[in-house]
Amino acid sequence: MNAILVIAGKELRDGLRNRWIIGATLVLASLAFALALLGAAPTGALAVKPLAVTVVSLASLSIFLLPLIALLLSYDSVVGEIERGTMLLLLTYPLTHTQFLLGKMMGHSAILALATLVGYGGAGLAVGLGQGGDAQSWGAFALLLATSVMLGMSFVSLATLASLLVRERSTAAGISVALWLLFVVVFDLAILGLLVTGKDWLAPWAFGWLLMANPADVYRLVNLTGFENVRMFSGMAGAAADLSFPPGALLAVLAAWVLVPMTAALMIFRRREL
Amino acid sequence: MNAIVIDHVGKTYGAQAALADVSFSLAEGALLALLGHNGAGKTTLMKLMLGLIRPTSGRVEVLGCDPAGAAMEFRRHLGFLPENVAFHDEMTGRDTLIFLARLKGVASNSCAALLERVGLAPAADRRVKTYSKGMRQRLGLAQALLGHPRILLLDEPTTGLDPVLRAEFFDILAELRKGGTTVLLSSHILTELEARTELVAIMRAGRLAAWGTLPQLRAAAAMPVRIRLSTPGAASRVANRLGGVTIAHVNDHSVDLTCLQSEKMAVLRHVAGLDAEVQDVDIHLPTLDDIYLHFGHGEVIQ
Repeated sequence: MNAILVIAGKELRDGLRNRWIIGATLVLASLAFALALLGAAPTGALAVKPLAVTVVSLASLSIFLLPLIALLLSYDSVVGEIERGTMLLLLTYPLTHTQFLLGKMMGHSAILALATLVGYGGAGLAVGLGQGGDAQSWGAFALLLATSVMLGMSFVSLATLASLLVRERSTAAGISVALWLLFVVVFDLAILGLLVTGKDWLAPWAFGWLLMANPADVYRLVNLTGFENVRMFSGMAGAAADLSFPPGALLAVLAAWVLVPMTAALMIFRRREL
Repeated sequence: MNAIVIDHVGKTYGAQAALADVSFSLAEGALLALLGHNGAGKTTLMKLMLGLIRPTSGRVEVLGCDPAGAAMEFRRHLGFLPENVAFHDEMTGRDTLIFLARLKGVASNSCAALLERVGLAPAADRRVKTYSKGMRQRLGLAQALLGHPRILLLDEPTTGLDPVLRAEFFDILAELRKGGTTVLLSSHILTELEARTELVAIMRAGRLAAWGTLPQLRAAAAMPVRIRLSTPGAASRVANRLGGVTIAHVNDHSVDLTCLQSEKMAVLRHVAGLDAEVQDVDIHLPTLDDIYLHFGHGEVIQ
């Protein structure tokens, strides 16, 4: 356990030193504030619940940004150490392969959590306290923060897995870009295409299950359908009824997207001889 | 107790044999110099002792444990300096050492003393990125010494070190050995090892080509001793009077002889009998380089 914390602590300090944490926090915070301030305007209504609107905007923003930040953090976590030649020395220390990998992922997750909680949390607090937020909106916002961290972690796991399957950093970087495109852009387009062409032969419930194959979509579903007031603003009120995944189940799927690639990475790396 | 036992160890990667049937053992406090061409299996041997890889056949035992199966605690007793040691460029030397000390479970307040010991104290707070090759090597040595290891494995430790530091390096090793640390180092620079090592192992193509103390290896190699007689103006006369001795080369002012180690004294007595015709005698014993060339490229002796 101690060795995991030493590695995670080093990654966290690296994140502070190379200004990754401050950079990611600033990007997330500025975009969150911009969305929070501008996002309330188009609803037009006096009875608007600004925090709920902010949750909708932030959820959409996160789907693009958080996977990107996570992939950039972790894509070279194994292959980079091997390429720099630092891996061999580390593994002669009292440190198992599992501890090394867990420490790396823990450190990167911590960086991401810090940036998300500070960046989004600041914006959420400003909107919620300034313009008022009811208990339900606060609940939705808390869910947003928690699932944002989970979304980031799932891409940390995926990137770490990719980083130990390849021999060169540049390949790992390429895979990360491909993963981002696949899950953030291509997947939804493909679903959309299926929705148009396949509505005759594909059962409606099948679309819900297809969405489970993408952590970004699971994240979207959790946040946009989890709370009644958010559902209204996100235009998902109807969709949520069709899809009928309870939030608990969606959270479990999102957790699986963190744990399955992580476990796969651990199992592959444990057998690796350097 | 033997600190290291290598028992008929073989290691193959795919179809390629990196090590084949290597056996030796090292007592505690011994210093072994491992010589061999690139790819002879020196680094593979070290990786086996570190438990990074498992032998395909045979048995490796370090401090009484199987290094690949031992608990992680076991590794606290090992110090390792890899060939071309690399660190994270953005960290300072001090931070690097403290990080590694934490990982090894060593009190981080011992780091300052170690940095001092390897002569890196003035540069400790600079980033590793700015370090020269020699400074990185010193940092590598400092981390290998963390926590007073009982086994020290050094892969090409002196590359990049200047002669002064090289001497200091061997002083540090001597000091550690007094405390019972077993040292195994590989090197290409053979002459520097000559005065410092007792045991030499020469690897060739994954096999142990020769093993022993330097005098033993000299005897086993049966390499000739070369003797040069300075004989200004009398070279041919001297050469004629050296009946029975192999003459390698004669010119105006000197005669070169070769003889076996066992015949050396007899030849010298003979030369001494030549009176004033011989002004000076140079004796050239086979160096480690010569022995290495002999075993590293000649026949494998079993």
